[in-house]
Amino acid sequence: MKYNVNNDGFYGDFGGAYIPEMLFSNIDELRKNYLSIVEKKSFTKEFNYYLKKYVGRPTPLYYAKRLSEKYGSKIYLKREDLCHTGAHKINNTIGQILLARELKKFKIIAETGAGQHGVATATVCALMGMECVIYMGEVDIERQRPNVERMRILGADVRPATSGSKTLKDATNEAMRHWINNPDDTHYIIGSVVGPHPYPDMVARFQSVISEELIIQLKKVEGRDYPDYIIACVGGGSNAAGIFYHYLNNPKVNLIGVEAAGLGVSTNKSAATTKLGKKGVLHGSKTLLMQDENGQVTEPYSISAGLDYPGIGPLHAHLFESKRGMYISVEDDKAMNAGIELSRLEGIIPAIETAHAFSIFDNIDIRGKVVVINLSGRGDKDLETYIKWGKY
Amino acid sequence: MNRINKLFQEKKNNILSIYFTAGYPSLNDTVEIIKTLDESNVDLIEIGMPFSDPIADGPIIQYSSNVAIDNGMNLHVLFKQLANIRKITNIPIILMGYVNPVYQFGYDKFINKILDCDLDGMILPDLPFDDYKTQFKPIFVKKNLSFISLITPNTSEDRIIQIDDNSNGFIYMVSSSSITGKKSSFNKSQIQYFKRINNLSLKNPRIIGFGISDKKSYNEACKYSNGAIIGTNFIKSLDKNDLSNSIRDYIRLIR
Repeated sequence: MKYNVNNDGFYGDFGGAYIPEMLFSNIDELRKNYLSIVEKKSFTKEFNYYLKKYVGRPTPLYYAKRLSEKYGSKIYLKREDLCHTGAHKINNTIGQILLARELKKFKIIAETGAGQHGVATATVCALMGMECVIYMGEVDIERQRPNVERMRILGADVRPATSGSKTLKDATNEAMRHWINNPDDTHYIIGSVVGPHPYPDMVARFQSVISEELIIQLKKVEGRDYPDYIIACVGGGSNAAGIFYHYLNNPKVNLIGVEAAGLGVSTNKSAATTKLGKKGVLHGSKTLLMQDENGQVTEPYSISAGLDYPGIGPLHAHLFESKRGMYISVEDDKAMNAGIELSRLEGIIPAIETAHAFSIFDNIDIRGKVVVINLSGRGDKDLETYIKWGKY
Repeated sequence: MNRINKLFQEKKNNILSIYFTAGYPSLNDTVEIIKTLDESNVDLIEIGMPFSDPIADGPIIQYSSNVAIDNGMNLHVLFKQLANIRKITNIPIILMGYVNPVYQFGYDKFINKILDCDLDGMILPDLPFDDYKTQFKPIFVKKNLSFISLITPNTSEDRIIQIDDNSNGFIYMVSSSSITGKKSSFNKSQIQYFKRINNLSLKNPRIIGFGISDKKSYNEACKYSNGAIIGTNFIKSLDKNDLSNSIRDYIRLIR
């Protein structure tokens, strides 16, 4: 269990709970209770019920025939894009809202960048009849209008984060401030494998349904329950954590994370945290972090609003540093072209975050191998970005 | 004995501590602010080390931090400004901020600079206890520096006792569950909280901070503890064009 979280909340050197005292009692309550709650039979039963009947799980493992032919390998797609609300994000929000109910917290807050996690949170709040406040950077509100309206239709109160760069990082700051001001009746649903312990582990566990299904599905079609390669995009890293999860300690499986290089790692418009980040502390955990020499967090950039976070989850920082995982960074244009290629070869328009995972075929030699790519989200929300980019 | 212990030994009530963000309003105001606070007979000074993502702070301290960073403030600059501060004042001085800038600067180097400048302690609210114990405590104890922790209305009794055991100087009592800069006149449950803490017979004195905005809330805080900390409202009162006078006028309003 070398790559799972240890008893102190760390993955190697990374993780922990670097929080001010105002958040201590909430985080401590979660830390002490999350395992006993999520391992309860009644909890698992209800969680699985909603995943099956509401989210539409298990998601198919689809053999991508034309893509496989082109790259001379066997490429399977784990179809998280077919989940209700269009991405894997809802696996985690279902889990966390059930957990919030167990903790007797009936008000929910969340941060969102592109709006996918916000929509997934607003959705489960409607489902459970809970109050929902979503913090979203003012800049993101402007560029992701349709998702803002989706959240509002679902009854959520979408509040602009107007500090700093007015994007995901600042929305997270605002959500944490809200939680400090309302510690007693509110649960904060963090959307990725980031934040103070136990969030990275808790979110990874809820997302691990992806690799749990994969084991069974691969066994059926390949006669063995593991692939040679698993590939997933990484912003904070929740979909990657979910599909890596049951394979973390199986050295036969190569784990590949794909980050957004933006306009290039040598420009100052990038979000390639493993290339540009140094060890640091943000949003409650020690991880790899894009920052200047004085420890001020720098603004990330990617064409995909879901990948422009200045850190990565501590699990990924550990996989990267221990070389258990390989992390590749891909520039905007290359990712966009990969999105178009998947659309043309398989009839699937991926989210731009996800498109990054499809653009590594010339970085690694997968010929003759069994490859699983996590198709984490669909591209409907990104139509405007595809149109604006225009090279198709 | 360090200056903080000495202060609390000599003065039991009405301790006034002022927090300001280093580098705000202008990069090189640090020494002038300290000097004027000294002349205004403030008891304690907390210098805020600005950070880009201050999750425990309200809009005013967020703003002052951003301006300070844009002005070019960082720990190298701050320690240069403080190199000769003991020629100007003998007031206890504490550095307060978030972990990351200190971590990048280097914990050992940070401690050495505190000693070089003859400062008295630090407050890093997001530093976990275990990290304090392994990375700071041995030298803090040896050099008699103060490590100051926060407690809130939600901090459990067990934890308060653990904090009391590991602190030296005073305990920073956060007045309510909130970020900085929220106006508050104390309600019943807050006053109950203050009394509850007083009844714990802790070894360290307490000062109340967060939500202290004027003479009235300052006086009230002093009723239930050894003193009060004012940050947001002090920062708000700073006039870039007439810095010293704006500081003097503000402290006069409080005392």
